[in-house]
Amino acid sequence: MLKQLTIAAVLTLGLMPGVALAASDEAHIEDVDFSYEGPFGKYDENQLQRGLQVFTEVCSACHGMEHLTYRALGEAGGPSLPEDQVRAYAAQHEVFDPELADGDGDFRPALPTDHFNKSGLPGAPDLTLMAKARAGFHGPYGSGINQFLKGTGGPEYIVSLLTGYTGEEREQAGTVLYENTAFPGGWISMAPPLYGEDVEFADGHDNGIPDIAQDVAAFMMWTAEPKMMARKRAGFIAVLMLSVLAALLYLTNKRIWAPIKNGRKDDSPSA
Amino acid sequence: MAGIPHDHYEPTTGGEKWLHRRLPIVGLLYDTLMIPTPKNLNWMWIWGIVLTFCLVLQIVTGIVLVMHYTPDTSMAFASVEHIMRDVNGGFMLRYIHANGASLFFIAVYLHIFRGLYYGSYKEPREVTWIIGMLIYLLMMATGFLGYVLPWGQMSFWGATVITGLFGAIPFIGETLQQWLLGGPAVDNATLTRFFSLHYLLPFVIAGLVVVHIWAFHTTGNNNPTGVEVRRTSKVEAEKDTLPFWPYFVMKDLFALAVILAIFFAVVGFMPNYLGHPDNYIEANPLSTPAHIVPEWYYLPFYAILRAFTSEVWAVQFASFITGGIVDAKFFGVLAMFGAIFVMALAPWLDTSSVRSGRYRPMFKWWFALLCVDFMVLMWCGSMPAEEPYATISLIGAAYWFGYFLIILPLLGVIEKPHAQPATIEDDFNAHYAPDAVGTKTLVKPAE
Repeated sequence: MLKQLTIAAVLTLGLMPGVALAASDEAHIEDVDFSYEGPFGKYDENQLQRGLQVFTEVCSACHGMEHLTYRALGEAGGPSLPEDQVRAYAAQHEVFDPELADGDGDFRPALPTDHFNKSGLPGAPDLTLMAKARAGFHGPYGSGINQFLKGTGGPEYIVSLLTGYTGEEREQAGTVLYENTAFPGGWISMAPPLYGEDVEFADGHDNGIPDIAQDVAAFMMWTAEPKMMARKRAGFIAVLMLSVLAALLYLTNKRIWAPIKNGRKDDSPSA
Repeated sequence: MAGIPHDHYEPTTGGEKWLHRRLPIVGLLYDTLMIPTPKNLNWMWIWGIVLTFCLVLQIVTGIVLVMHYTPDTSMAFASVEHIMRDVNGGFMLRYIHANGASLFFIAVYLHIFRGLYYGSYKEPREVTWIIGMLIYLLMMATGFLGYVLPWGQMSFWGATVITGLFGAIPFIGETLQQWLLGGPAVDNATLTRFFSLHYLLPFVIAGLVVVHIWAFHTTGNNNPTGVEVRRTSKVEAEKDTLPFWPYFVMKDLFALAVILAIFFAVVGFMPNYLGHPDNYIEANPLSTPAHIVPEWYYLPFYAILRAFTSEVWAVQFASFITGGIVDAKFFGVLAMFGAIFVMALAPWLDTSSVRSGRYRPMFKWWFALLCVDFMVLMWCGSMPAEEPYATISLIGAAYWFGYFLIILPLLGVIEKPHAQPATIEDDFNAHYAPDAVGTKTLVKPAE
């Protein structure tokens, strides 16, 4: 009896957090098949580089990425820019260095060890962790179990947000709000950032709104979770080794107990 | 150590004798490891080892995380991101620590409900039970303090809501809340003291765990039949028991390996499943999240807290007879702590002389309902405070108290229990036939 209850309990526990999230009424978020999803998914280096370009040319006008360092752009498992490109990219941006000008501080070109700038526009949220700070879908049936295969849906939320403008506007207390099908509440203060062909990719990749949105969403997933591939690898090795260990312990345990349980009637321990 | 007769450690070599006269530590370890353990223990008796492992895991990962974490409101959030990005293996350390808390609570709930079903709390194991409840309370406190440290939105607002509970205490509440927070609101003083206590409490738990183990090593383990080990002679005791090493160590390690394989699948592939997305937004006192939801392991008691609104007659009655001192908020706080308190009183509320639920036909169903009740409360706790969840929470909370305060005392009187096996050996042999014909090991020696 306790056994069945335990199984039921474990199952219900598993379903709980998803249920919690599903309580908030959010818009339906379309799933996107990103390359990094699933236990063996990997970031697409080229997509991350395109996403970096979109962020640089569009998003960074207002939004910052204060937890991201320039050197991370060159690390394995990310956009993997060559070192000289990382230096050149950093040098295009200015950071405030409080030690310059005899302690008064002054601006200087950024070095690879510097962080990306904070948001320039007040009210524009920092984007480093946005892909993890939003959850796009919670299914099936609010269980959230599909995280195992699809992730939390944060990047999908970003794609839906960027492509979800209806074109409707309204003014409220002096600010213009734009109707957006993905945004909770339906009205967002961010003007539509993408109009299609906002950036020209060097490799001639498609630059329609959905393409750009997916590229920048993938890039933001990477900025939020730069060690995702290393994590999945560590998890896989751990599960593999623990499974082998469990099998060996199972056999050891069986062997130790065999003389005690000899002439056994059934396999299950008393429950 | 145990009251069960068994062989004790005898020093043989000169060196052993020298040490044993001065410090009998080897004997202590030997007696602990070789303790006679009922041989019919089932798979619900593995959680103790899992819990011990969790405590060590949390302390070890925690100590390393502290080396890289900064308890300051301006840097805490960034220092966690620093751990996730720049510290070697930091992302695994943090995810293991965060999900380790969930594993800890899954194990403790299964451990507690195992005790409730098999009557492990009953005489003579009341002290073990009470210490266990203290450990559980400290775990809740430690988990809450730890959740504040990353200084995300849920950290901040969770801390605001939970410390607000203390503010509900009449007369001294406001002062107490300020004293806890180190100021009028959650701020840097709160973060630093929470950090300090989050580091301290696990060691208090470790100390209590030693006492918990000491206590049940004195009484001996309970077992699925609830029948005590025969202790009139060593020969009889050995028919009911096996030494902890190697029989139960190996069994527990096997179970632990399986559980850890699942645990690492969660850590590796969906580490944020049990977390809340809002906690990846830095704490902002000016912006309240739409839903402030505590971690899953608090949800049943959170539901009980919220169940008692001012519309409930019991609350109105309490308010009336105390002249308004006990208002709805304070009533909720009392109910929440009371829910754990009545559980701690189970040894004295349960009047049945039969320990194990296995031989209690009516108890079984009420217990099953309690498990369902716990799950329903957990679900209600995760939902917004509105209908129908408020009513369901209230029914759930009423059943929780009813189970401990009414059903347990009554069942002992009205229930007619089934026959119990005379000995643990009988129970074991009912599942595994005794050494009668040619043994399996002799037939297949290589197995």
